Amino acid sequence: MARKIRVLIAKPGLDGHDRGARVIARALRDAGMEVIYTGLHQTPEQIVEAAIQEDVDVVGLSILSGAHMTLIPRVTQLLRENGADDILVIGGGTIPEDDIKALKEGGWVKELFTPGTPLEAIVEWIQANVKV
Amino acid sequence: MNNGETRGIREGLEKWREKREQMKDRDFLFETVSGMEVKDLYTPLDIENLDYQRDLGFPGEYPFTRGVYRNMYRGRLWTMRQFAGFATAKESNKRYKYLLEKGQTGLSVAFDMPTIMGYDSDHPRALGEVGRVGVAIDSLQDMETLFEGIPLDKVSTSMTINAPAAVIWCMYIATGEKQGVRPEQLTGTIQNDILKEYIAQKSWIFPPEPSMRLITDIFAYASRHVPKWNTISISGYHIREAGSTAVQELAFTLANGFAYVEAGIKAGLNVDEFAPRLSFFFNAHIDFFEEIAKYRAARRIWARRMREKYGAKDPRSWLLRFHTQTAGCSLTAQQPENNIVRTAYEALAAVLGGTQSLHTNSMDEVLALPTEKAVQIALRTQQILAYETGVANVIDPLAGSYYVEALTNKMEEEAEKYFEEIEKRGGVLACIEQNFFQQEIADAAYRYQRALDSKQRILVGVNEFVNPDEKLEIEILKIDPRIEQEQVARLQKLRRERDNIRVRETLDALRRACEGTENVIPYILDCVRAYATEGEIIQVMREVFGEYKEKPTF
Repeated sequence: MARKIRVLIAKPGLDGHDRGARVIARALRDAGMEVIYTGLHQTPEQIVEAAIQEDVDVVGLSILSGAHMTLIPRVTQLLRENGADDILVIGGGTIPEDDIKALKEGGWVKELFTPGTPLEAIVEWIQANVKV
Repeated sequence: MNNGETRGIREGLEKWREKREQMKDRDFLFETVSGMEVKDLYTPLDIENLDYQRDLGFPGEYPFTRGVYRNMYRGRLWTMRQFAGFATAKESNKRYKYLLEKGQTGLSVAFDMPTIMGYDSDHPRALGEVGRVGVAIDSLQDMETLFEGIPLDKVSTSMTINAPAAVIWCMYIATGEKQGVRPEQLTGTIQNDILKEYIAQKSWIFPPEPSMRLITDIFAYASRHVPKWNTISISGYHIREAGSTAVQELAFTLANGFAYVEAGIKAGLNVDEFAPRLSFFFNAHIDFFEEIAKYRAARRIWARRMREKYGAKDPRSWLLRFHTQTAGCSLTAQQPENNIVRTAYEALAAVLGGTQSLHTNSMDEVLALPTEKAVQIALRTQQILAYETGVANVIDPLAGSYYVEALTNKMEEEAEKYFEEIEKRGGVLACIEQNFFQQEIADAAYRYQRALDSKQRILVGVNEFVNPDEKLEIEILKIDPRIEQEQVARLQKLRRERDNIRVRETLDALRRACEGTENVIPYILDCVRAYATEGEIIQVMREVFGEYKEKPTF
């Protein structure tokens, strides 16, 4: 039997909007994944440390503070520096289209989910993109 | 109603019901957006026990179900108060002047995340966040710029600031001093509601106990020196945005209100000294009647408790005055223009519910901070309501509606159940500790999202009536990343040029006050006047008070 997919849901930055992060964490758990939720106000360093320690397949970053152009590249870069670039980085939040394009084309993030995305779409994306 | 009438209605209802049940309903979830079941018809039988004098009364009279003022909007319309703030103090000052020019009647300041969390703009944790979701305020200097050319004795200002509220409030008082405006002339509100931060909005700094002390220090200082200031805005807005139901918003917010009243009394204050300055802040979500019932129930519950349980004698202590903001979480990124319509209905509910002030969201707020054009439409929405629709002519016009009165009663009953549960668990702070509120809200949010995903609930433009290949056609406000560098440069120049000996002295005095039991507000004021930065002042308090840590759950 295949092992369970492990996901770290993380809230980088200073904002406290954790509704989305918590709803998605629960949906992924209900879909049979192992989910770790960091809680709020995490620095990129704390997130990367947790991702490596927990040996996750995916890091999901939830950002609603407008700081995505700083925080997402920082997490990805730290993962690379720590030799953990096999971990998929995805994200969600209020992120304008131009920024989504820039983050994806720059290789900083594999996928970004914006408001209105059904939970099932996120579950399916992870199942399709993580090899276990 | 006499017995004969009741019997007649009952018989009529039974006959009607028999025929009506033979008709098929369309496939739809007939419940409120909060998941509360509603009947297809309400009649006098649903409000049989309603006693007009006891349960409704007259506007401006106990128990205030019908409104807090005798003349309501005939005397003065609600304050149209658009929440704004972005980038630097200078940029935000321009936006405030624009809004005042367009006929807005009060200011409402949005701060950026570093300011909200008590960090200066050059703190490593502020990286990428300066000026993003509000204005960056590091010191009195920024506050002076923010209100440059805006006389503080002429406007009322609401400031959405919580954990560091004491510091920002002192900066406002000191800005008034610089303009020659005395503290007793200042009018406005600080949000200052830390309990809902632990519960929903999650922008905390200190643990609950010292946080509550800061709040009661503010109550005491204001009652003596800044008597027209609303010292707290007890907020359901964020609880609702975090995914709660209307009943949870109502119950948790009022429970927090009672906790502040109890804290004030425990700190040795007379309830009538501070209760008249307590104000509230509710959400206006999309379920029209449920929201109206919520506001009406809130006024009645508050009045009864304040008079009967807390022994308040001053009628002003019984009044639940509130600000409303339309629901950000009801807006959609898809077909954003539809948000104008949603916001208009929500604003109408707030007005019919008797709000004292109102913020209408701009259609683009789900995507970014609003553009000037979008803000203008949002403000115009309120002006159309106020001047064209006629809804402000009659006080509490929905009173007596079988449905609205039954729903108002239901909201009150359901809230009372929560109060009992909270009491049983040891009070609000114990419930926060147990993650009780947080879990209740998370459950409701998850249920709601599941209902959307399964299309049990329809969201126009998102899971139904979707425009394939939708292209975003509205303009988006962009914050220039150079703003962060400029703000940091300004801050560092200030640190070089101010009297740093004086800064040190005032910070040391503040530290001693925090360690003791004196009111800390005069000490914070001295720090602010010496141009100590927000981050420096909060750091002193953090060292004395410690930091709050949550237990993350989902």
